[in-house]
This record gives sequence, structure tokens and C-alpha cells, in this order.
Amino acid sequence: MSVITWKYASPQYFYPLAGKMIPWFSLLAVIFGIAGLWLGFFVAPTDAQQGEGYRIIFIHVGASWMSMFLYLVMAFWAGIGLSFNTRVSSMMATAIAPTGAMFAFLSLWTGALWGKPMWGTWWVWDARLTSELILLFLYLGFIALQAAIDEPRRADKAGAILALVGVVNVPIIYFSVKWWNTLHQGASVSLTQAPSMAKTMLLGMLMMALCFWMYSLAVALMRVRAIMLERERHSEWVANLKEVKS
Amino acid sequence: MQRHRLYATMLTATDIACVRGDRRLFSGLGFTLEAGAWIYLTGENGSGKTSLLRILVGLSPAEAGEIRWDGVAIGRLGDEYRRVVTYLGHHNALKEELTARENLSSGAALAGVNLDIARADAILAEVGLAGREELSVRFLSQGQKRRVALARLLWSESPLWILDEPFVALDAAAVLWLAGTLANHLAAGGMAILTSHQEVLIAGSIMQTLRLAA
Amino acid sequence: MGAFGVLSAVVRRDLLVALRRKSEVLTSLFFFVIVASLFPLGIGSEMDLLRKIAPGVLWVAALLAAMLSLNRLFANDYADGTLEQMALSPVPLGLLVTGKILAHWLVAGLPLVLIAPMLGLQYDLSSRALMVLVISLLLGTPLLSLIGAIGAALTLGVRGGGVLLSLLTLPLYIPALIFGAGAVEADISGLGAAGHLSLLAALLTLAVFFAPWATTAALKIALE
Repeated sequence: MSVITWKYASPQYFYPLAGKMIPWFSLLAVIFGIAGLWLGFFVAPTDAQQGEGYRIIFIHVGASWMSMFLYLVMAFWAGIGLSFNTRVSSMMATAIAPTGAMFAFLSLWTGALWGKPMWGTWWVWDARLTSELILLFLYLGFIALQAAIDEPRRADKAGAILALVGVVNVPIIYFSVKWWNTLHQGASVSLTQAPSMAKTMLLGMLMMALCFWMYSLAVALMRVRAIMLERERHSEWVANLKEVKS
Repeated sequence: MQRHRLYATMLTATDIACVRGDRRLFSGLGFTLEAGAWIYLTGENGSGKTSLLRILVGLSPAEAGEIRWDGVAIGRLGDEYRRVVTYLGHHNALKEELTARENLSSGAALAGVNLDIARADAILAEVGLAGREELSVRFLSQGQKRRVALARLLWSESPLWILDEPFVALDAAAVLWLAGTLANHLAAGGMAILTSHQEVLIAGSIMQTLRLAA
Repeated sequence: MGAFGVLSAVVRRDLLVALRRKSEVLTSLFFFVIVASLFPLGIGSEMDLLRKIAPGVLWVAALLAAMLSLNRLFANDYADGTLEQMALSPVPLGLLVTGKILAHWLVAGLPLVLIAPMLGLQYDLSSRALMVLVISLLLGTPLLSLIGAIGAALTLGVRGGGVLLSLLTLPLYIPALIFGAGAVEADISGLGAAGHLSLLAALLTLAVFFAPWATTAALKIALE
């Protein structure tokens, strides 16, 4: 495959661009976050059956969506890096992974907090929670593999294969866990089957999801800049940076 | 010895750069290798000789530059290129639990070549291991193991031989044998690239020296 | 030499090496037996309980035994240079890899299938449940070898190989576990194992096509 000649595929040009984008995404994250939390904790009505405790779903649902979305994005960039041999794409994948893992962990934790008042236990083997747990393992595996390989290009490529294999497996795993759960008639952590969710609830969840998305972008860009500095530390453009020269 | 195609067999390397970890081992390296010629690759320890050989053989990607066989990039040739190259690395690629004969025939089978017992034994005799065909390789000396590894040159029909330190651990007789085998190969229109810490004399051959500076 | 000839040469060589090394065949088998025997010691010997946990326990034990043997799949060939020669062969690496995985299954997977009925008796499974167990393992162990090969190739020569391999492979093993153990449970509870077994067979078919490809890509990266 011929080399992509897009200017920003090179760390040297992407570094300052990322630096300019971070403050904007951070600002958006704060705005959406305030809107979402306000809607979720003050405006949305109390749920008929679950009382006040259900409000944790505003964080739980957003975190779940982000953990799954980020895995797809991570696998996408890793795949691009593998096919076109571009460095920045692979670095983005590596930068996204810890945030994805964090959201998976957050989703599990908030899921447990949500389930405790309902089921009395800190963990239920619900299909979604179990799949989320497995997704966390997939993230940890990706991070561990890249951490264990010293040679950065090999780490990029090996991680890409793992991420792509993971992406193919996620639907299979989700399906098999759902099958397992329905057969065993396990517990389920979800909202009561209301015919239409209150508009404010939906809006609140959407705000939180957007907040998490902006946060992820800001954090991933910060992380990718750090990765670039580390990997390219011997190159000329790093030596010429304002922050390095001073 | 097989007569190789004499027309248009050529290996060209242009502007090869190699990076290992943080270090740039070499860059801007180029050469042309034609039928009947060989390259003596030399340089200090750590200068990147093995890395270069692995790039030429297609195992590692070069950081920059192109390698072409008959004008086509080796990456695009894929299996076709592997058919024309025989590589001998630092490792002997022998399974300790198998006998010399089993190693030789299974090694050939893995490359798609069928070696019957008679032919395998004849090859082993030629490298000086007559009577040791049924010995587990574990019981052979380093020099003898190297000879079994070199035996693959006798069943392979590739025009290009890329050998990393082939003379290591060989005694005087084996060194003479290998030099003779190389001479025959080159005379028949083959080509070779090899590294060695000793001076190598191959009778009647066209030699280029490629020196890597550390 | 045709593709089938090369494939059988690869399998024959790996089997010969494994046979002469003997320890390889026996360790995963013994591990399977020991782990399956540990559970009653830990949980209690009440037959009703054991019958209930049997499918899951036996499948997890087989899964762990299969995973333990994965390290050896490529590591030896990587160390002595044989893997390098395979990557340089004009024969497609995917074919050679498929041969290696097949040989690995014959040495590390098939013995588990054959000894499973004996272990199932320790848990008082009916003869029909035992048959389902054997079929599920017959379909499942090759699947585990195929998926595990990807992990083994990715972690070749990497620090912390064994544990890292488990971390990478176990999540991918979960569907096989669910459908395999589920098949036996379904049979015991009278629902019939056909659904689970067909899903397992489908996963196996998918893996036969995709796993050697991913494994080959990972091996090439490891050899760079």
C-alpha cells in the first residue's frame, strides 16, 4: 500500500494540531457534563419503582456506550496503522485504550451500585454486565500486550491484530453471554419497562454520553502527544519544540 | 548443479535504511547483484549485517528503500521470491529430537521438495556425515550440526543464497567443501551474499565487498 | 509436493518431535485429570451437587489444560530457527501453521477428549451426557487450539509470555465454554444439546478459516 501523504499522518504535524484541539474538547466536556448532571440529578423525575437510586444510570449508560464505542474506534485506528503503516494511527489506538478501559470499569462499578438496592448483591451475572466485564479484559489484554513488547512498531502491529480479533469476537461473545443468561434465567439490571422514557431522562443520558465523548477526545489527544514525545524523542522536531527548548 | 536462468536475474537494493529500536544502523545503502557474482558483507559486530540480511530475505521490513528481484519489489513477489532465495541464519533450524536424515527431509518437505531416503543420505554423505544419518542431532557436535544445516544448499534449487556466518564452527575440510560448493553455484549462474569474520576465498568468482560502518 | 503432502509432512514432524519428547503429551492430560479431581475435594462429594457442576467444571478444566499447552506451539520452533525457515518457505505460511495447529490438537487436545468420559463418571454423568460431553470437547478442543494459536503467536518471545497469553486468550475462549458446557447441561436437563452443538460447530468452522490467517500475520510480526 502506498504511503499516505496526508500531512497530519506524521507526528510532527499532528502534535501541534492535537495541542490546539484539547482545550476545546475539554471545554465541551465540562459544558455537557454540567448539563447532563443537572438534568440527571435535579430535573429528571423519580422512577416509579426504583426510587432515587436509579439516577446512577446517567453515568452507567454513558460509560457503557463509550466503552464499546471506544473499542471500535481503537480497533479502527489500529487497523489503519497496520494496513497503511502510519505511525500516528497506531499511537491513537494506544492512547485510546486506557480511557476505554476506564469507562468499562466505571460502567461495571456504576452497574453494581445500581444493582445493589434492587438485588441486594454487589454483583449480578447479568448479560450486559458480564459482557462489559469481558470487554474490560479485552482492553486490559491489549494494554498488557503493548506494554510487554519493547519494540514500538512490533507492539503497534501486534496490538492491532489483537484489537481486530477482539472486534470480530465482541459480537460473538455478547451473543453467547446473552444466550447463557437467558437460559439460566439470571437477574437483569435495567430500567423498568416504561412505554416511553421521560424526555428529560433521555436528554440527561445523551448529555452525559456527549460529555464522556468530549472527555475521551481531550484525554486521548493529551495521551497521544505524550506518546509522540516519548517515541520521537531523538528526532529533530521534538528538539525544536518550545517546551523542550526552554 | 542446476543451471540457473542466466538472463535477467538480478537483485537490486536501493537506499536501504535500517532502524533497530532507537538506533539508525545504516541508511542509503544500495547495490546490484548479478548472476555469477557474490557479495562479501563485512562490518564490525553490531553494525547491522544480520539485520541487512534479514531485510534482503524479506523477514524484516526496511525503514526506507526498496529491494527488487528482476525489477519487481520483493514484497509484491511474495512466495515467488521465497522460491528463489535460500537463507541460512545464525540458528541451524534443526530439531534436536530428530535424526540428521529426518531433519533434512522434513526441512525439504516444508519447502515443498520431496527428498527420498537415498537422496537425503547422499546429500549427508557429501557434507561429510556418512554413517551419522540416523543419529539424533542432539548427539552431533556444533560443526556437524552446522553441516546438516548447510546441507539444505544441496537440495535447494534457488539461484540466490543468503548466508549469515556460514563458516562458523566448520573445520578446515568443511570450509574447503563450502567454498567449493559456492564456487560451483556461482559458476552455474547463481548468486550469493554472505557474512564472515574470516577471509573468504572463492575461486574464479566476481566479488563485491559491502562494508557496514558501526 | 502438493499441499496435502506438505501438510502431512508438517504434522508428521511435529508428532515425531512430541512423541520423542513425551512429557508434552502427558502434562496437559495429567493437568486435566488433577483439576477435575480437585473440585470435589474443594466443594464436597455430594453427588447431586457434583452432577450439577460437572459440565462446567470439566469444560473449565479442559480449557485450562488446553491453554497450558499453547506456549509450546511456536516457542520451540522460534528458538531453534525452524519457524524462520517456515516463514521463508515458498509454501504459504498459512498452510504450515494449519499443520502445526492440527498437530498440536492431536497431542494436547485429543487426549482430553478421550479421557473425558472417565472423568465424567467421577461426577456420575449419565452415558448419554458423557457422549454429549465427548462430542462437545471433540468440537471444542480444536476451536481452543485455533483461537489459542493466535495468542501464542502474538506473545512469541515476549516478556511474561505465559500469563500474558492467558489474559489474551481466556476472554476469547468464553463462547466455546458457554456453548460446550451448555450442551452437556442442556442434555442433562432434557432440552437437547443440538442447538449448542451446532453453534459450537459454526464457531469451529469460522475459526478454521480465520484463525490461521490471524496467526500467520502475528507470526510474521514476531519474526520481523
